[in-house]
Amino acid sequence: MIRFILLQNRQGKTRLAKYYVPLEDSEKHKVEYEFRTHKVIYRRYAGLFFSLCVDITDNELAYLECIHLFVEILDHFFSNVCELDLVFNFHKVYLILDEFILAGELQETSKKAIIERMGELEKLE
Amino acid sequence: MALSGMRGLSVFISDVRNCQNKDQERLRVDKELGNIRTRFKNEKGLSPYEKKKYVWKMLYIFMLGYDVDFGHMEAVSLISAPKYPEKQVGYIVTSCLLNENHDFLRLAINTVRNDIIGRNETFQCLALTMVGNIGGRDFAESLAPDVQKLLISSSCRPLVRKKAALCLLRLFRKNPDVVNVDGWVDRMAQLLDERDLGVLTSSMSLLVALVSNNHEAYWSCLPKCVKTLERLARNQDIPQEYTYYGIPSPWLQVKTMRALQYFPTIEDPNTRRSLFEVLQRILMGTDVVKNVNKNNASHAVLFEALALVMHLDAEKEMMSQCVALLGKFIAVREPNIRYLGLENMTRMLLVTDVQDIIKRHQAQIITSLKDPDISIRRRALDLLYGMCDITNAKDIVEELLQYLSTAEFAMREELSLKAAILAEKFAPDLSWYVDVILQLIDKAGDFVSDDIWFRVVQFVTNNEDLQPYAAAKAREYLDKPAIHETMVKVSAYLLGEFGHLLARRPGCSPKELFSIIHEKLPTVLSSTIPILLSTYAKILMHTQPPDPELQNQIWGIFNKYESCIDAEIQQRAVEYHALSRKGASLMDILAEMPKFPERQSALIKKAEDTEVDTAEQSAIKLRAQQQMSSALVVTDQRPANGTPSGIQLSLVKVPSMSINEDQNMAEQGLSHENGILSKVDPQTPSADLLGDLLGPLAIEGPPGTDVQSQQNIVSGLENVPNTVEAAAIVPVEEQTNSVQIGIKAEWRAHQGRVVLFLGNKNTSPLVSVHAIILPPSHLKIELSLVPDTIPPRAQVQCPLEVVNLRPSRDVAVLDFSYKFGNNMVNAKLRLPAVLNKFLHPISVSGDEFFPQWRSLSGPPLKLQEVVRGVRPMPLLDMANLFNSFRLMVSPGLDPNPNNLVASTTYYSESTRPMLCLIRIETDPADRTQLRMTVASGDPTLTFELKEFIKEQLVSIPTALRSPMAATPAPPIPQPTSPAAALTDPGAMLAGLL
Repeated sequence: MIRFILLQNRQGKTRLAKYYVPLEDSEKHKVEYEFRTHKVIYRRYAGLFFSLCVDITDNELAYLECIHLFVEILDHFFSNVCELDLVFNFHKVYLILDEFILAGELQETSKKAIIERMGELEKLE
Repeated sequence: MALSGMRGLSVFISDVRNCQNKDQERLRVDKELGNIRTRFKNEKGLSPYEKKKYVWKMLYIFMLGYDVDFGHMEAVSLISAPKYPEKQVGYIVTSCLLNENHDFLRLAINTVRNDIIGRNETFQCLALTMVGNIGGRDFAESLAPDVQKLLISSSCRPLVRKKAALCLLRLFRKNPDVVNVDGWVDRMAQLLDERDLGVLTSSMSLLVALVSNNHEAYWSCLPKCVKTLERLARNQDIPQEYTYYGIPSPWLQVKTMRALQYFPTIEDPNTRRSLFEVLQRILMGTDVVKNVNKNNASHAVLFEALALVMHLDAEKEMMSQCVALLGKFIAVREPNIRYLGLENMTRMLLVTDVQDIIKRHQAQIITSLKDPDISIRRRALDLLYGMCDITNAKDIVEELLQYLSTAEFAMREELSLKAAILAEKFAPDLSWYVDVILQLIDKAGDFVSDDIWFRVVQFVTNNEDLQPYAAAKAREYLDKPAIHETMVKVSAYLLGEFGHLLARRPGCSPKELFSIIHEKLPTVLSSTIPILLSTYAKILMHTQPPDPELQNQIWGIFNKYESCIDAEIQQRAVEYHALSRKGASLMDILAEMPKFPERQSALIKKAEDTEVDTAEQSAIKLRAQQQMSSALVVTDQRPANGTPSGIQLSLVKVPSMSINEDQNMAEQGLSHENGILSKVDPQTPSADLLGDLLGPLAIEGPPGTDVQSQQNIVSGLENVPNTVEAAAIVPVEEQTNSVQIGIKAEWRAHQGRVVLFLGNKNTSPLVSVHAIILPPSHLKIELSLVPDTIPPRAQVQCPLEVVNLRPSRDVAVLDFSYKFGNNMVNAKLRLPAVLNKFLHPISVSGDEFFPQWRSLSGPPLKLQEVVRGVRPMPLLDMANLFNSFRLMVSPGLDPNPNNLVASTTYYSESTRPMLCLIRIETDPADRTQLRMTVASGDPTLTFELKEFIKEQLVSIPTALRSPMAATPAPPIPQPTSPAAALTDPGAMLAGLL
């Protein structure tokens, strides 16, 4: 399962952090540098690093592509996403993430389904 | 789209972005936090919009890495807001800021439940999402049935049901005991027929959790999984939006195959055939393409299929197909795939009969040793190490040696160690082994640990045929300019011992040997000088008849070092000098070293340690499953000194070796030495003047020593009077070769916080790990989730909260089990949550003590007993013992010097802190008996405390008494294995309690 997901820029500023395991706040801040017993799958898009911490037995490539799918969804939603979009709309990113991953597992893998769902939610605001 | 819709929030984010440096940013953040704090304080004036905005700001600040220690309440309270915008913020921020252990969350349970069972679909989704992300035990207890209902409800949209599936998954994973899944087999089977891919994906994850917990119950889901896989991989029967770069949901395919790996076998031939057909299709139909994403996705599926094929023990033909595929992968351009190819090939080694096919790829694997990516090089090294056997050892080792000169520093030590081990294990002849090791030292001396040269010395000493050869080789190396210090050591040692065997060869007279070795002396470190001195003494001894010139020269050197500041050098110089004047008796004293008892190769131990580093460094990519590389199987060397221990073996060894080990047990004390069965002297030979050199070889001591020393540590710490607030840290360690369990505890009043450290000492993961606390009725113990798998060489921490409800001497037991190889291992360990942990020493004056003592008159509040069979000890020791149990002795309170008075406070949840008073009257004429009076305001407490103290005072018949003396109750959990019980005072004590 996914233990946490992190999105950081090259300066190490966190743009998104979501934990599916209970960690103390101090651990959360530390975790961004070290995490021993699991593996971190990461991918860089321009200046942004997307990292997933997953179980040691998990399928690496599947999670690597899971990152890409997430990026595609963000790209679609923000039409040509850039770091600033994520900074100023971090709350939206959390919403999208909640439609994509839940309880540390993939919930929905259809870009279309997620974008449609976001449309529904925007109407409610 | 750079507007967030909330102006204040956007402005704040811009401000933070515009900060020039970290200090400015902190100032801005602090200012904002101050502002939010004030606004939250007079909450009345806060509109829902404002509240929402501030809560988002808090989350943003938290995300930047600042501590946000207030406002949690406000976030949680937004959950109960009636309108979606506020409610949504409440849910999202709460699930980011808080975790399942937060007390505030409990406040929200009712609202969350109402949202889940309510009619508003959006609210249902929000609530399910939060519970799925951070729901803890309380949520599981009150919500699981509702979530289950939603999952199978026919009136809910897939949107809600997929969330319900994953929400249930979390609740089940965290609290399998709370979530009732009896009868869920049929429902799961039904869910697997689901057409909506979102629901199916989520349900498949749920199934994996359920099956991994109890595969037998879910047999009926197996054919459904195969069907799903057929639907995806063969029929491609899914909506377009669920294909990813043309591949039908790779994630669902991977999950499905993961689920299938939890079933031990597939018995039904039809299902098996269908599955193999699909797998075959996946294996054959995957090509390396240009598009990275497509490549990754298809290979994710492919590697999972490979894992499944290996798991299913497919026919040889299919296996060789797999190997052929992997062979293709390790040559592709994409580094991720090369990496996984090598890694999977290493895993393949465990499958029987494929080694030969793997060997066909040896050349390519050797090429991978030169890959630009270090993690790939490491994989290649692991694979070469694993696939090495007698047929290819020469090639592989020589390849490693060659690579050694160009390999980067980070890999050299591991490389040389592995080369050394392989050379030792598979040497076609021993002279080759000597060649390899000397080459190793020559090429990478800095990276050759002492163990390696110790080992070669050991080998040469034990093999007479080898001695002249080794000596000659050593002599050759000495001619080289600027040799490595380790080479000086090993050559000096070998020539000292066996140089005389070369006597007739040119350049090998004692004199010549001496001078060429002595040339090196000015260049070596002081740690090498003792070895050289020994060599000189040996050369002298072998020079018969004595050569006065050489003698004088060497004596001169001894003389010089007799005043050396280094004690070791000085001692040797003095002793050798004196000994070498004794003439003939020198022959006996400095005779050749006796053969070494066969010991477990320290190198192999070292290899395990080195593998830690690898595991940690490349843990990012390491897939642990069956990571046991065949290299480690070589630990079937017998344990040191022929004292195998029952516990050690049964817990540790890989299955294939168990037979071997059983033999060990049977023939204790006997050892094979070069194929000859001989008695092994468990003592180190007494004439071992140089024994210290070889000290590190004897790493393996009898396990008993270990246990005892740990106990001493524990008792030592416990003896320290606990003056500060009760924050005793009790390092309790239960250690076997495969698991290490440590405990750290902190006690405060009636509560305790204990952290269990479960460490896996193996290079393969421990699976099916279960830890349950069996608490006695007087303790409330909550254990947080213990992961199912402990990765190799990793340690997990499991905090547990202990609350003491009432006095009792019962002990909580940790029931710990795991699977190692195919064996279930179970250990029951006592936790040190004993009565005295809830005591707090208190000192009382005579004025306080006596009125209290009198007011508690007679049974059941005051109990008196004459205790016999007391372990005799001076009164001072007894006072120390009491203090160590947190019973504070008040000296001088009792006028009789043979008596002792102590007081303490007892904490439990049900009572106020209770003062306890204790009086001990000893008889100076008979120290084995005493009269004890205990008083407190609670009859049970009085009784339990009296019994507790009695247990500590009476003597327990055991040979190892001393460490126990100060050991309070049973602080050391021990396995209930009979072997341990016999040797181990802790276990005996526990047994008697």
